[in-house]
Amino acid sequence: MAYTVPKLTDFSTKALEKAAGDLVAALDAESKAVGSEAEGKIFRDRWMARKNGALTLVNEWLKAAPKASKREVGQRVNELKARVEQTVEATLERVKGGASESQLAADGVDITLPGLHRAVGAEHPILKTMNEIISVFRNLGYSVEEGPEIETDYYNFEALNFPPNHPARDTQDTIFLAGQESKPARDRLLLRTHTSPVQIRSMEKMKPPVRVVCPGKVHRNDAPDATHSPIFHQVEGLAVDTNITFCDLKGTLDHAMKALFGSSVKTRFYPSFFPFTEPSADVQISCIFCGGKGQRDGGPCRNCKASGWIELLGCGMVDPNVYGFVDYDPKKVSGFAFGMGVERIAILKYGVDDIQLFFQGDVRFLEQFG
Amino acid sequence: MKLSPQWLRDFVDLAVANQRLADDLTLAGIAVESVSGEGEGAVFEMDVTTNRPDAMNHYGVARECSAIYDLPLKPIEPKLPVTSAAKAAPVKAAGGTTEVVPSRGTPRGSAEVAPSRGTPRGSTEVVPSRGTARGTTEVVPSRGSPRGTTGVGTSPGASAPGVPFPIEIQEPGLGPRFTARVVRGVTIKPSPAKIARRLALLDQRPINNAVDATNYTLWEMGKPTHVFDLDLLEGGRLMVRHAQLGETLKTLDGVERKLTSEDLVIADARKPVSLAGVMGGFDTMITEKTRNILIESAWWDPVMIRKMSRRHGLHTDASHRFERGADFESTVLSCNRVAELILESGGGELDGGVTDVVAQRLDQAPVALHLSEVYRILGEKLETNEIFRTLKHLGFDLIPERGGDPDFTVRIPSWRLDVEREIDLIEEIARLHGYDKFANTLPAYAGAVVELPDAEKDTKLRSSLLGLGYNEAISLTFISHEDAETFSALPVIELANPLSEEVSVMRTSMVPGMLNMLAYNLNRGSDNVRLFEAGNVFEASGAKALELERICLGATGNALAPGVHQAVRAVSFFDLKGDVETLLHPFEYGALHFTAQAAEYYHPGRSSRVLMDGVIVAQFGQIHPDVAGQRKLRQDVFVAEFFLDHLYQHGLRKVRYEALPRYPAVGRDFSFAFADDVVFEKIQQTVAGLHLAEMRSFVPVEIFRGGATPAGKYSILLRANFQSGERTLREDEVAGWSAEIIKVLERLGGKLRA
Repeated sequence: MAYTVPKLTDFSTKALEKAAGDLVAALDAESKAVGSEAEGKIFRDRWMARKNGALTLVNEWLKAAPKASKREVGQRVNELKARVEQTVEATLERVKGGASESQLAADGVDITLPGLHRAVGAEHPILKTMNEIISVFRNLGYSVEEGPEIETDYYNFEALNFPPNHPARDTQDTIFLAGQESKPARDRLLLRTHTSPVQIRSMEKMKPPVRVVCPGKVHRNDAPDATHSPIFHQVEGLAVDTNITFCDLKGTLDHAMKALFGSSVKTRFYPSFFPFTEPSADVQISCIFCGGKGQRDGGPCRNCKASGWIELLGCGMVDPNVYGFVDYDPKKVSGFAFGMGVERIAILKYGVDDIQLFFQGDVRFLEQFG
Repeated sequence: MKLSPQWLRDFVDLAVANQRLADDLTLAGIAVESVSGEGEGAVFEMDVTTNRPDAMNHYGVARECSAIYDLPLKPIEPKLPVTSAAKAAPVKAAGGTTEVVPSRGTPRGSAEVAPSRGTPRGSTEVVPSRGTARGTTEVVPSRGSPRGTTGVGTSPGASAPGVPFPIEIQEPGLGPRFTARVVRGVTIKPSPAKIARRLALLDQRPINNAVDATNYTLWEMGKPTHVFDLDLLEGGRLMVRHAQLGETLKTLDGVERKLTSEDLVIADARKPVSLAGVMGGFDTMITEKTRNILIESAWWDPVMIRKMSRRHGLHTDASHRFERGADFESTVLSCNRVAELILESGGGELDGGVTDVVAQRLDQAPVALHLSEVYRILGEKLETNEIFRTLKHLGFDLIPERGGDPDFTVRIPSWRLDVEREIDLIEEIARLHGYDKFANTLPAYAGAVVELPDAEKDTKLRSSLLGLGYNEAISLTFISHEDAETFSALPVIELANPLSEEVSVMRTSMVPGMLNMLAYNLNRGSDNVRLFEAGNVFEASGAKALELERICLGATGNALAPGVHQAVRAVSFFDLKGDVETLLHPFEYGALHFTAQAAEYYHPGRSSRVLMDGVIVAQFGQIHPDVAGQRKLRQDVFVAEFFLDHLYQHGLRKVRYEALPRYPAVGRDFSFAFADDVVFEKIQQTVAGLHLAEMRSFVPVEIFRGGATPAGKYSILLRANFQSGERTLREDEVAGWSAEIIKVLERLGGKLRA
């Protein structure tokens, strides 16, 4: 029932108090209900219109009041007048340009519908992993160096201490360029089988101290299947200085593996053979899937074949013969080199089960890395 | 390669279980890939590195075990009956360097035949077995005579008869040593169970007792040997010589091989009977009829063996070992071991002693070892005792030097041709100390990280491409000849040994790879695809190979993600053009010009070349429908190529802050109708020609064709924005400029609409 201004007969203070209270209560309640500019106007007219506005009716109180009460009623009426004007003004201000609750409700959307997407491209998991590796070594002071994908026999083999006709070359499954027969053996072109040639190129360019990482694409004559690809990526690293030891090699790679796979990862080094390093080592990390236990989900861990270790990279102290090719004095300097397959690390990190997925450009695969 | 741990235990009394043994060997560098089976049937799957042919057999691995566990290594001591003396065979020497040392039936009792120390001939001294000298600190003093002299000097006592006919080495450099002996009256039959079982365990097929004896010896001590049917050798002599052109040899695998003059053979007086060190001849092999056997154990030059084995496509257990370097000093012992096994299983008797023809000695120089160098390389001081003990077990002789520089002179055992330098010894010391026992340290470094010259540009383009919604992709580096012709004019680089015809040349363009990836997606139901690939293309330039950096974009399907919120729209030329413009924007340049001449594989009306200050830096557009059709692309695809070798001639734009405008901008719209041949570029250049300083932009807002606009014409709504940095523009100024714009556009043939 809408509020109407009563005609007063009792002008006692108490009665006035009540009448004023009722009016203010009604005013506030109605003000609150105002939700739009249009409603605001109706509200204003109802309370302030010269003809039949609530205030006009309140003025009647003064007219009807006995003389003795006129002063008190007048004061009261002025107060109410100010109160009404203030409230109306505030109400109008509130709804100016705004919307009522009902309007807001009507403007609502189904917020459970999917968002409007502006697709962002995904970094390739190989390049993303490669950049992570580079960043770990940059933080240790390594600069990035690059070299050509088509190399000479000299850089890919000879200067890395793979003599011609050495069985170690067999492990490389090299793809050769056609029409090289007329050239001297060391100038014959091939697709680099590792990024190690960049080591030689870097040392030719600069004098010790040297700290470089060499990321890049390499090629082998491997027919594609789930675990082989004719193209893959490596990051090679090289540090040469007057003070580099095998302990430094171990510490550096242990640090790098912890940075890449988490600080709880352990490393294990065991002897291996690469023509361009000596002593040479293979590095294993404690299995990141079973935490090095060899057991997972109540059975043997498949990722590390229950050994608790995963083989990850090759490394070693730079073979003194290599220094001979770049005019470094092996009596004065020492250094280490390491190389890791990026695909292998990405496969581990992301649990990819087929290396071909990296080279098909399948957006269903790539977008998972966005 | 497989080994039997039980067989290892013949030579070292190992207390550890097989799994632990496998782990310890692996950590010492003799990698055991897996362990299977139990007891006698247990098998180690080995992965021995190519530099360690000495560990590709049981005795060599047992030697490693003796070093790991500090245990004695038992010698291999063939027990042969003493034969009645016969006269020594006459021997023909080539080049005056060949010498025959008749040897008694039982030579030194050790597999570890010491490298010759040039012991004077006729001496009765017997070098003590290294195998029994374990744990001692005895140092065998350096003998007087230098190495490299002829003579084996292992025969105490009187000379014994050898092979009853001459053995002649014509190529002392390639086949420096040839040892042989004869067994007569042998019964050829299956091997005893133990031999057959052990060979079978290693996946070696037992053949007969004589052949199995050589095989067993190979797996036991790593020395390849060969047995001939003595009665099938013709002419009473054997030679080590080059094959003659036109000669053939049917090898044991039954293949008739044409020989070249580079091949080295063992021949009798009439014919080649063996491809030296690779495979024996079929016609002289042991058969059931064989009664008399010639056992051969020789040493061959590794490079020669490798070349010959490759030339004939014949990789054998023997060639595998010879090309990696066999033990020069084990020819006599292996010969005797084979003889022992044959006598045990097939009866018969020795005919004379061993004939050991040494045409040339193998030079293994001693190596100086400085403890300071061990420390400098490894970074930790190791106990001298440990170094000494380890190397001793492995067969090295350490001779302390007075004055300590070097600390030791180290004599290298004949089975370790891989050890030639101090660093090789340091590796031996490190690996048997255990790599994991060395501390992990980080080296100090005084240097700074240097950026690659184009690193910032690469990063800028890559992050923009990702932001524009292109997924990063990597495709193959090789393409087919056909694609190279279609997509590039660059001279191709061919591969000598491609994986297949489809991938036989280095890519001269990134486009075929991109189209393959787009097709791959379309064929799998992914219709909305955006990809980019950064990489090299390759160009033949005379004898050289050039690598040119490229970025390739591919887009097909919807321009925006389809959904309930907006209408679908296919990717268009202008999506690509916008992306191209966005990507080029960060570069510093004077003028960017789009021309209609793109390569032929593009749609002629929807493609463009981009010239930056007159040089082509990119081309892009829709792929020609014919090309798309050939590749079975079932929807329009768009491609953009960036030529980074040209683009990167430009630096990145150096940003200078421009004060923000303080006065309001005023916009004016113009609606014009133009003939179709008046392209926007013309309109734009015309208005730009007015050089209105306050005009901040001039852009097309809307274009209509059809409806009220007659054919051959189009309506265009153009908007000019004016603003001054110094003052609020007056109405009459703006009206004046607008009038000028209208005037020049009308002169261009435009008709101002209401």
